[in-house]
Amino acid sequence: MQSAIPASLIIIEEPSRTLIKCSGAWSIEHLFSVTHQLETLQPHTYVLWDLSGISSIDSSGVALWQLTNRKFKEQGCTCETIGEQQEHSHLYRLLYSNPIPEAPAPLSPSWLYQLGRETHRSLLGIGNFLSFLGEAFILLFYTLKHPSLIRYRSIGAHIVETGARALPIIAISAFLIGVVVAYQSVVQLQKFGADIFIVDMIGISLTRELAPLITAIVVAGRSGSAFTAQIGAMKMTQEIDAMKTMGFDPFIFLVWPRVLALMIIMPLLIFFADMVGIFGGMVIAQTHSHLSFTEFIHRLQGALALKHYLIGIIKGPFFAFLIAFVSTYRGFQVSMNTESIGRYTTKSVVNAIFLVIACDALFSILLTELAL
Amino acid sequence: MNHTIIDVRNVVTAFGENLIHDHISCTVRENEIYALLGGSGSGKSTLMREMILLERPQSGTIHVLGHDLSTLTPLEAAGLRRSWGVLFQSGALYSSLTVGENIALLYNEYTDLSPKLVDELIRLKINLVGLPPHAKYLYPSQLSGGMIKRAALARALALDPKLLFLDEPTSGLDPLSSRQFDTLIQQLRDLLGLTIIMVTHDLDTIHHIVDRFTLLGEKKAIAEGSLEEVLAIEHPIVDYFFQKGSYGITC
Repeated sequence: MQSAIPASLIIIEEPSRTLIKCSGAWSIEHLFSVTHQLETLQPHTYVLWDLSGISSIDSSGVALWQLTNRKFKEQGCTCETIGEQQEHSHLYRLLYSNPIPEAPAPLSPSWLYQLGRETHRSLLGIGNFLSFLGEAFILLFYTLKHPSLIRYRSIGAHIVETGARALPIIAISAFLIGVVVAYQSVVQLQKFGADIFIVDMIGISLTRELAPLITAIVVAGRSGSAFTAQIGAMKMTQEIDAMKTMGFDPFIFLVWPRVLALMIIMPLLIFFADMVGIFGGMVIAQTHSHLSFTEFIHRLQGALALKHYLIGIIKGPFFAFLIAFVSTYRGFQVSMNTESIGRYTTKSVVNAIFLVIACDALFSILLTELAL
Repeated sequence: MNHTIIDVRNVVTAFGENLIHDHISCTVRENEIYALLGGSGSGKSTLMREMILLERPQSGTIHVLGHDLSTLTPLEAAGLRRSWGVLFQSGALYSSLTVGENIALLYNEYTDLSPKLVDELIRLKINLVGLPPHAKYLYPSQLSGGMIKRAALARALALDPKLLFLDEPTSGLDPLSSRQFDTLIQQLRDLLGLTIIMVTHDLDTIHHIVDRFTLLGEKKAIAEGSLEEVLAIEHPIVDYFFQKGSYGITC
């Protein structure tokens, strides 16, 4: 705005002393060249500052002068100042009214301490999650004894939100998975002339493993994150505290409606994903193996045993339970700062997807051992 | 030295159907502590947000430091934004950065100062607002309400602005901290030659440090002037706001 002359220095090296003549505007936007000059300056043992040429100064100018002066003194120089104006000394006295004590940066603790702390924190986290589950179940039994407390309306709303509204994205994901599996199998099976086995391939892999998994991952990403963010936001605005003081238990009002809604809707979503996924496979089978829809369905009736379909469906409530509980638990962990809501939402989705995959692996081992 | 720093003329603001300001005018002069006063929902915060380019009025003009805000080029706007500091009601410190980093951000983005000098300046600003030196390493979530306000003030002062906007600087502070904060603001005005515009409804602040203010109410600017001048005006909102006749301030 004002056309000030940038700060400048004239350094006069006299036999016994260094004279530093300062002039121009020593304000933040005009300081750059001077800082550089002062950093490289190696003065005599006696330094004389002449400040009379300075037209204006702000705190960065004062700080630069003070910093350089201190450096010279540490190098054993004697420093003196002439020509300072009232404005300079005013500002100097304001900024350096009391000596500012050095505050050392806090040391980062040793790796052993950090390892211990993190381990302790993880164990504590598991403990907290278990006590969260425990409290939830106590309240579940309590509500079962008093069925009027069950929030049917809320469960319904969550079924619409997490179920019906999720249909388009689940349809697209399942269809594409069907297409991908069919493509990969067609190429391999054609080598053996065993094109017809594409039906077994698609039917069993989709209903038993892929459709439940894809559905769970989509739901974890879509509804799990939403649960954490909703509850986290309520925690930040103290709505949860308000509910507690009014006697509305957050488990009855917030946790169980979400968990139950997801557990009810998940098997249905998996069934839907089965249908769309198999349709995706059928489309590829027809275009690449000339296997008509009727032939495909006829073959499917023989190839797909009921147990595969049922195993896939039964996984649904388990996955839903894990996703809903982890995400609501993470929601309650959100603290009063804005950053934590993002952090816990991320954690919630990562945890939920991991638990779903771990649970799926457990199912696989268990069912194989049971020879199903 | 009675330069006009901010000149608001006939500002009309409406959010949808909801009229907030109906032809409001006020003037802020150089080196004064100026307050925007009014009850909740009187549009005082909105008026300040219009001054700092966060909102736009429907009609009317606002001049800040001689620039008409409605005809600013992006470059002028950037320059103007660097010449003021803003303290938001809740501090608005970046929660992922420490207090020191919050202040350093401005130096690193806008200046070419050496890291050493930046470090010295951060120490100065932290000291200036009355925070202990180790506050530099703390995250906003580790600070109390009063400390957050001070840290946010340090950040607002980073680039040595000539103009300081404070949104309810003393709200949420205990009475003692509020008075200390008032004193701090007054000192900064006197020593750094700042012009300060604040939104407040703290009557003590108005009594002790504010030079002139505008009282907003019923979508209008009801009164402008010093406390004595405004108290002399007969208006139900003035009476209500300063509780004239019952208890409260008399002059």
